[in-house]
Amino acid sequence: MSDDVREDDIKKAEFGPEAGPETISINMAVERESKSRVPRIFKAQAFQIFIVLIVIVIIFSIMAPNTFAQLSNLRLVVQNASILGVLGVGMTFIIITSGIDLSVGSVLVFSGVVSAMVMRAVGGDGWGVATIGILVAIASGLAWGIFNGLLISKAKVPPLIVTLGSLGMALGLAQIITGGIDIRQVPSVLTSTIGYGNVLGGIPIISVIALVVILIGAFVLHKTKFGLYTYAIGSSEEAARRVGVKVDRHLIKVYGMSGALAGVAGILSLSQFSTTAIAGQSQTNLNVIAAVVIGGTSLFGGYGTIFGTVVGLFIPAVLQNGFVITGVQPFWQQVAVGAVLIAAVYVDQVRRASAARGASTSLWRHFFARRKNT
Amino acid sequence: MSTPVLEARGISRAFGHVRALDDLDFEVYPGEVTALIGDNGAGKSTLVKALSGNLAIDTGTITFEGEEIQLTTPMQASALGIETVHQDLALAPHLDPVQNMYLGREVMNKGIAGFFGTMNTKAMAKESRRAFDELGATVRSLTSPVGSMSGGQRQAIAIARAVHWANKVVFLDEPTAALGVRQTKNVLETIRRVRDKGIAVVFISHSMPHVMEVSDRIQVLRLGHRAASLDAKDTNMEELVGLMTGASTRGAA
Repeated sequence: MSDDVREDDIKKAEFGPEAGPETISINMAVERESKSRVPRIFKAQAFQIFIVLIVIVIIFSIMAPNTFAQLSNLRLVVQNASILGVLGVGMTFIIITSGIDLSVGSVLVFSGVVSAMVMRAVGGDGWGVATIGILVAIASGLAWGIFNGLLISKAKVPPLIVTLGSLGMALGLAQIITGGIDIRQVPSVLTSTIGYGNVLGGIPIISVIALVVILIGAFVLHKTKFGLYTYAIGSSEEAARRVGVKVDRHLIKVYGMSGALAGVAGILSLSQFSTTAIAGQSQTNLNVIAAVVIGGTSLFGGYGTIFGTVVGLFIPAVLQNGFVITGVQPFWQQVAVGAVLIAAVYVDQVRRASAARGASTSLWRHFFARRKNT
Repeated sequence: MSTPVLEARGISRAFGHVRALDDLDFEVYPGEVTALIGDNGAGKSTLVKALSGNLAIDTGTITFEGEEIQLTTPMQASALGIETVHQDLALAPHLDPVQNMYLGREVMNKGIAGFFGTMNTKAMAKESRRAFDELGATVRSLTSPVGSMSGGQRQAIAIARAVHWANKVVFLDEPTAALGVRQTKNVLETIRRVRDKGIAVVFISHSMPHVMEVSDRIQVLRLGHRAASLDAKDTNMEELVGLMTGASTRGAA
């Protein structure tokens, strides 16, 4: 650790031999930091998982250069991950507050069902009815999100229980209002644009929508006060409350946002599949949570990135696609994703433990260069 | 003697049938370090909570610069220039020192409708560095999470934050309890510097040597009541311990 040696020398020169590790002046610290600004990115868990994704892509590309490593195949993978991407943004915010939202899949179905019924009742095939449908879907998703948020923040019921309850309620209500039969009348303007339309010669519109949601989500999380308060609440609710952050209101907003995004996903799903697919979303919540966690967001709150979530989404998606193409039984995907998930949480545990000890949080160092001294 | 910046007259607060504060008087003067001492359960923390807006009082009045006020939220106290460093520090461990410093009071760039405005991190970092430097606080890094820092550094950040925002009164609840010798020296030095800026410092401690070293005035609590208010120059440790335990009485208010 040449770094430490250098520090020690400077310290002795400035403060005399008895100065310990705590008396490093701020100016020196800043100087040291600016030197190591670039490697900081490489230490992030999201970046490490990104490397894993690249490795997976390279392996499949070598195994199936003519089928896997084609633009059309890549396009398919991206298109299939788009809906989960929209849900993942909301879920990332929620998990950073140290909460969880199990209801996203059901809320997606509920919003789709209500929206489809309203559009069927209004009738027509144009953008007018589609706009009404989109607004209805987002509003019903938002309503479920606010319902979750109110119970979690005001009634103090744990998020796991509240959203497990609303998972059942939203799905049940969706089945009650449809009588359990999927609605298949979706305005053709939705299916032909959002569903399978392309822009710029081959980029699916549904993926463009997801990308916009992701970019806005990343901006809000990393650059605004709203995002900072999300981290602060997940890190220490008490600390946030004491400095005047309106914790309850913020949690309601975060769950509301996740619900509204589930509403958006409901419209995307309706457009893509031309059906409400009531039974088709039972695994969605777990897939989204797995993606967020694989992406390095800590289930204990206070830590996470939108970039990580996007990468975390593509690992299962690429594995599934790659296994099918290379002729491996696709069931292996579930096994592989399970293993990646556990590995990701293990990595988070290691990181948190070393952070608590005040040690370096770099994983490379943890795995490859165990320190001999101290 | 000038007028007190913050004054409590006859305040009481009961939890069930335990009277945590019992007709208590207390005052702090600008530019002075007031030590608040007492045995466990004497009411020190309850008093600090009441005077920092964290706890409502049952009876009695609180006056701030001569005017009677109602303190119901910590935000109200902050607006008056009263800040508190709690024993648990109340820092968010995943955020860095700058984010903690400005949490709830971020400096914003002009944005759209205020909500989508971005934070001016550069200005906040610059100002934080100045605040840490001013206190001689030794913060290793402005961009590492606070949770990865030592107890002394976290203490320094918490104190720097309180001092940065307080321009009238700072409450320090056991700021030296978990610190080593050198860090304790830093904190006591910081207390003096804050006082020299004209801010009233209320220093709560169990350590009589620290109290004697840094205070101008010492107020002793016993069983929710003020047992004595003394000038630090004309008392000694034996007397203070006697007053805390009730073995002796003097100058009771």
